[in-house]
Amino acid sequence: MPNTSFSEIIQTRSGEPLHTCYFCQKCTAGCPVAYAMDYKPAQVVRLILLGRRDTLLRSNAPWLCVGCDTCGARCPNDIYLAPVMDVLKEMALEAGLAPAEKKVYALHQSFLDSIKLWGRTHELSMLMEYKLRAVDLFTDLDLGLRLMLKGKIALLPERVKDLERVRALYRRVGR
Amino acid sequence: MRYSYYPGCTLSSTGVEYGQSVAAVCEALGIELVELEDWSCCGSSSAHALDHELALSLPVRNIALAQPAGLDTLMPCPACYQRTLRADRRLREDETWRREMEALLGFAYDGQGRPRHLLDVLGHDLPAEAISSRVRRPLKGLKPVSYYGCMLVRPPKLTGWDDPEHPVLMDRLLSTLGAEPVFWSYGVDCCGGSLSLDRSDVVKALVGRLGAAAEEAGANCIVTVCGMCHINLDTRQQGTQIPVFYLTELIGLALDLPGWEKWLRKHFVDPLPLLQSLSLV
Ligand code: SF4
Ligand code: SF4
Repeated sequence: MPNTSFSEIIQTRSGEPLHTCYFCQKCTAGCPVAYAMDYKPAQVVRLILLGRRDTLLRSNAPWLCVGCDTCGARCPNDIYLAPVMDVLKEMALEAGLAPAEKKVYALHQSFLDSIKLWGRTHELSMLMEYKLRAVDLFTDLDLGLRLMLKGKIALLPERVKDLERVRALYRRVGR
Repeated sequence: MRYSYYPGCTLSSTGVEYGQSVAAVCEALGIELVELEDWSCCGSSSAHALDHELALSLPVRNIALAQPAGLDTLMPCPACYQRTLRADRRLREDETWRREMEALLGFAYDGQGRPRHLLDVLGHDLPAEAISSRVRRPLKGLKPVSYYGCMLVRPPKLTGWDDPEHPVLMDRLLSTLGAEPVFWSYGVDCCGGSLSLDRSDVVKALVGRLGAAAEEAGANCIVTVCGMCHINLDTRQQGTQIPVFYLTELIGLALDLPGWEKWLRKHFVDPLPLLQSLSLV
């Protein structure tokens, strides 16, 4: 695959004009999670333009991006990186690669399963699924217990009556 | 004043006191809320993290539910608000997609009502006197920093927020209540949002910085309008123990609405000692 096509695919899927980036690095400077990323936001843009597909689909940057839009609001060229990071995550999953941040993926997937099951999120069953998926049974158990004692985690889910319509939206995207 | 109401999932779980205080404050201020019947989750951060199309389509079901009334839909959660705003924008701009959604969900989009965040409604639709004339307990001595977070003001091209880097709407409302808002530079910084459980180290780092900054600014509390921000700030501070209020809790307290004590008992950082030291309760 020629190098250019990877960056073109990403620009088309995300709708973000990455070719206008002049590497001022303002995005990196303002990104709250850049410190934990293996490649910083501006580097991600540069690597996309260089066609470094494999590097990026294995990077943890897309998984750590919290979608806060600080980068986009400040970019002199109006480039929002959250949609770009989302496309990179989708492409990594489409390529069958293990997500670089397994727990982050586990939480998002448990969240989506919860909506598909009930129509709304139900923390308790969602967190149990997450703990199993992430193979992380004990972290924050005390916090979970305290939340329950405060009545902040409902035991029973609220189920949407017209669940069929919610599930139709899932089927439409093949989930 | 009448709005359709979309509470969102957080308001019946970790943000239960937000839901209760929103209901009490709106009722007291004559804001009638008509909850959307059988609403479903907006998809929040997880849908857009894994599936762009799912993220845009999930809120459409709620937009469809809001159609018959033709009212603006009030949303207390910034994430629900922003995700729904994105879906609404696409319904307005992409006709092919709109037709597909209409067929799938069995509705006709007329673009009448719009998604509105609670802060926008309180600050822009309500005359300032509506709140100030009702204050029974001026919050004297309370020095809050306003924490807007990410999702409410950004992206500015979508939310249309007046000053996305330095919003002041919440400070204005807090002054109305008799509080003395303190300015700081972290009002639109991120709390780490959805990384709360899976990368709690990141959330602790970001929230730790927010707590320290609030203290450095001379604030004695933090005020938020977001359930996610609240739980992160209330449970993940590092080395500080600053009470974190929902804006509606403080309005309820200032208006002396019944229930405020019950709301505040839900917090992890107990705000009562601060309120007692200021002789507010
Ligand atoms: S802020 Fe915009 S122009 Fe500057 S490096 Fe980042 S993406 Fe490129
Ligand atoms: S949207 Fe993502 S990349 Fe941009 S500043 Fe926020 S976390 Fe960083």
